[in-house]
Amino acid sequence: MNMQLVVNGRTHDIDADPDTPLLWVLREQLGYTGVKFGCGVAACGACTVHLDGAPARSCSLPVQSVVGVPITTIEGLAAGQEPHPVQQAWIAHQVPQCGYCQSGMIMASAALLAKNPDPTDADIDAEITNICRCGTYERVRKAIHAAAAGIRDAAPAKPAAGGSRR
Amino acid sequence: MNKWTRRAFIGTGSVVGGGLLLGVGGLLVAPNRLNVLPENTEDAARLTTWVKITPDNRITAVVPHCEMGQGAHTTLAMMLADELDADWANVAVEEAPARSEFANGYPLFGFLPALANGPAPIARGIDYTAYRLMRFFDVQVTGGSSSTRGTGQFGMRSAGAAAKIMLIQAAAQRWNVAASECTAKASRVTHAGSNRSATYGELAVDAAKLDPPSRPALKERAAYTLMGTRVERLDIPGKTNGSAKYGIDAALPGMLVATISAAPVFGTTLASVDVRAAEAMPGVRKVVQLPEAVAVVADGYWRALQALRSLKPVFTPVEHAGVTTDTLFAAMAERSKTEDGSSVDSNGDAEKALQGAAKTVTAEYRVPFLAHAAMEPMNATVRIADGRCEVWTGVQDPLNARKVAADAAELDLEQVTVHNQQVGGGFGRRLPGTHDFIKQAVLVAKAVAPTPVKLIWSREEDIQHDYYRPAVLGQYQAALQPDNMPSAWLSRFNAGSDAAAKLPYAIEHRKIIAIDDAHHIRTGAWRSVASSQHGFFTESFIDELAHAAGKDPYEYRRSLLQHSPRYLAVLEKAASLGEWGKPLPEGRGRGIAIVEAFGTVVAHVAEVEVIDGKLRVHRIAAAVDCGEVVNPDGALAQVEGGVLFATSAALFEEITINEGRVAKTNFLDYPLAHMADAPRISVEFLRSDAPMGGLGEPGVPPVAPAIANALFAATGKRIRTLPLQPALEKELAKPTASS
Repeated sequence: MNMQLVVNGRTHDIDADPDTPLLWVLREQLGYTGVKFGCGVAACGACTVHLDGAPARSCSLPVQSVVGVPITTIEGLAAGQEPHPVQQAWIAHQVPQCGYCQSGMIMASAALLAKNPDPTDADIDAEITNICRCGTYERVRKAIHAAAAGIRDAAPAKPAAGGSRR
Repeated sequence: MNKWTRRAFIGTGSVVGGGLLLGVGGLLVAPNRLNVLPENTEDAARLTTWVKITPDNRITAVVPHCEMGQGAHTTLAMMLADELDADWANVAVEEAPARSEFANGYPLFGFLPALANGPAPIARGIDYTAYRLMRFFDVQVTGGSSSTRGTGQFGMRSAGAAAKIMLIQAAAQRWNVAASECTAKASRVTHAGSNRSATYGELAVDAAKLDPPSRPALKERAAYTLMGTRVERLDIPGKTNGSAKYGIDAALPGMLVATISAAPVFGTTLASVDVRAAEAMPGVRKVVQLPEAVAVVADGYWRALQALRSLKPVFTPVEHAGVTTDTLFAAMAERSKTEDGSSVDSNGDAEKALQGAAKTVTAEYRVPFLAHAAMEPMNATVRIADGRCEVWTGVQDPLNARKVAADAAELDLEQVTVHNQQVGGGFGRRLPGTHDFIKQAVLVAKAVAPTPVKLIWSREEDIQHDYYRPAVLGQYQAALQPDNMPSAWLSRFNAGSDAAAKLPYAIEHRKIIAIDDAHHIRTGAWRSVASSQHGFFTESFIDELAHAAGKDPYEYRRSLLQHSPRYLAVLEKAASLGEWGKPLPEGRGRGIAIVEAFGTVVAHVAEVEVIDGKLRVHRIAAAVDCGEVVNPDGALAQVEGGVLFATSAALFEEITINEGRVAKTNFLDYPLAHMADAPRISVEFLRSDAPMGGLGEPGVPPVAPAIANALFAATGKRIRTLPLQPALEKELAKPTASS
């Protein structure tokens, strides 16, 4: 079945069985291999992407259900050359170990901060349910708080014009 | 991170385009450079490490270890660069190719204790004997918490120090001055007297013509410039933007995708499968029948999986069909009664001391089978064409993977190339002896050759076909003297003989017996290996002795560790960090445990509380003595990760067996710790003068006993079975009776 997907601002023509999980279309047909396969049952979150800004586990999402919905993958999270504040915090706090879960972890965290700019520890516990086997949770927590503070600090100072950020 | 290319490697001590390539211990490729080793160091010649310097002043550390998040690539490059006095900004790292010349030997001796204790000529046979052994076993393994303390200490540092001496010598000859008047700093040699200087890159071609020094002096700790400082890991940026490539991300033109279902009961074989309907499904290219599995090859993973799930393979019946977790433990208990076993440690007469004791304490502990559950499911991409086999995968031993692939492809080793990728979690699942998925991928690729194929396991396949941490039953008895100190310790456990069962404590009469186990479940090394169960057994039982003695568990341990200042220092540091003795809110309790593993002593203090029937670990304070610390933040991350990995296992993880097969399937029924389960972790390194220990694993073993001991302190309930959460629920469901 031919469909159109909008991924990271680009429109792609694809041909896939309608029930194919979005994950496999992204990885195998479109080359967005930053999106990871972990469990196939939406339990681990390694495959997390944004659908119109909201986090979604793409391994359990039929591709036909997201036709026309703006999809963002880890590859499209940064605004041009400048990494997203969550990505910056991830480097500053040296969060990843093996890194395999971190695309999903970063996407879930960015979505959390978009919705809740100042999450408490309890908010983080409730919203970040991705699995990290290497055990980076405490650094994830610290980096989310740091990214939140960075976004808050940066917000008033950011000029409205300039056009370097989308 | 650049991958090594064959083109750049010519094996004569120089690099294409000019430059210096310096090897340590690489007999075939650089026989005249073998002596770049501190002589008579038992461990040195078991390494093969390299540094490459190119005319653009770029320095590359060629590291014979995989990167799986433990930071070995960065740490080992730091060690080389520090000795070399290189400009860190221009240092890169490449993983050594999976070729025998780059075998690393040091960890081998950890994995094969018989060799380490072998005849002196083997241990001392610096160059040729050890090298031949490495070649014989063909290992390039990352395991045993050995990269930094082994390859780093004995290989990368020597390589860096030797290269610096050669570069200085080359500069001195060029300028016709004394080498002693030249200094090296930030990838540049300077002769202050004549105000001349040259970059390492400019000197590298000349330096490569010189003989390497036989005993390059290594820096004293005070002279380090990089080691001991916080250096950001080189692999992290790519892991934040999706660009890091793992085995599962390999992509070849025209590649097909396969998924597989192996015999659910280990030891059974495929009897028959009707493939007609599946092969007619859209996108399916072939159903491949292997002796012990059936695989589907399709144009994508989803179609392959759908077709695989439609199959009804029949496997041969076996005698294990009645095996369950309960029958396995019952069999262990029976063998424990009937078998003599083998002695791990023995002193005095433990049985006699027990018979005459004023007080005895007895306990039986159980730990379950555990899965590694690395986040990246097992996978390998294989192309068999033109008499060659190429493999893209991420493993902890690409040389073993090459051997497995060569055997499966029926090719010579030289006809097989393994391109090792970043590893999405190892923990022991990707060690030699566990490369079943490589064999499968090669056999599937053979069936569709020359088309390349990527084999991806489902998570269910991963959970059900692991090489599990063994389930172990441990039986413990101790005698207390009238002063309540232990005089005898007798233990029997159903697992292989392992020094991890030995006691750190001063107890005179000891008898520690290992009883061979016999069952059909596949087992393997799981982060911290035998220390994972023995840490729980020993540190739970010593805690029980303290309580039976009416003593504080921390003070009780202290009094039994007076012979070991190193243990004492670690224990005391953990107690102070974990605020041992400070009053806690009602319902909370603290537990302590100390375990040495892989040359590192770690003590944890856990603070827990049971809230609505759920065991909550609030915090874990860790004291660590691994000797010196090379990359402090990386070291911290390893301890934090070890603590969480172990907390997850201690609370939740258990592989159960039913009808002879693994009954768990995925993360829904094999739950792992989440963010909300994570304790706050504080870590202090003692930075002692002890020989450098490992860090990937030692954070794990004391966690389960520290939590179980804390649970006892909080509730009075002594849980002797892991995982703790379900065992606690069973305990809480019992009619009220104190344990």
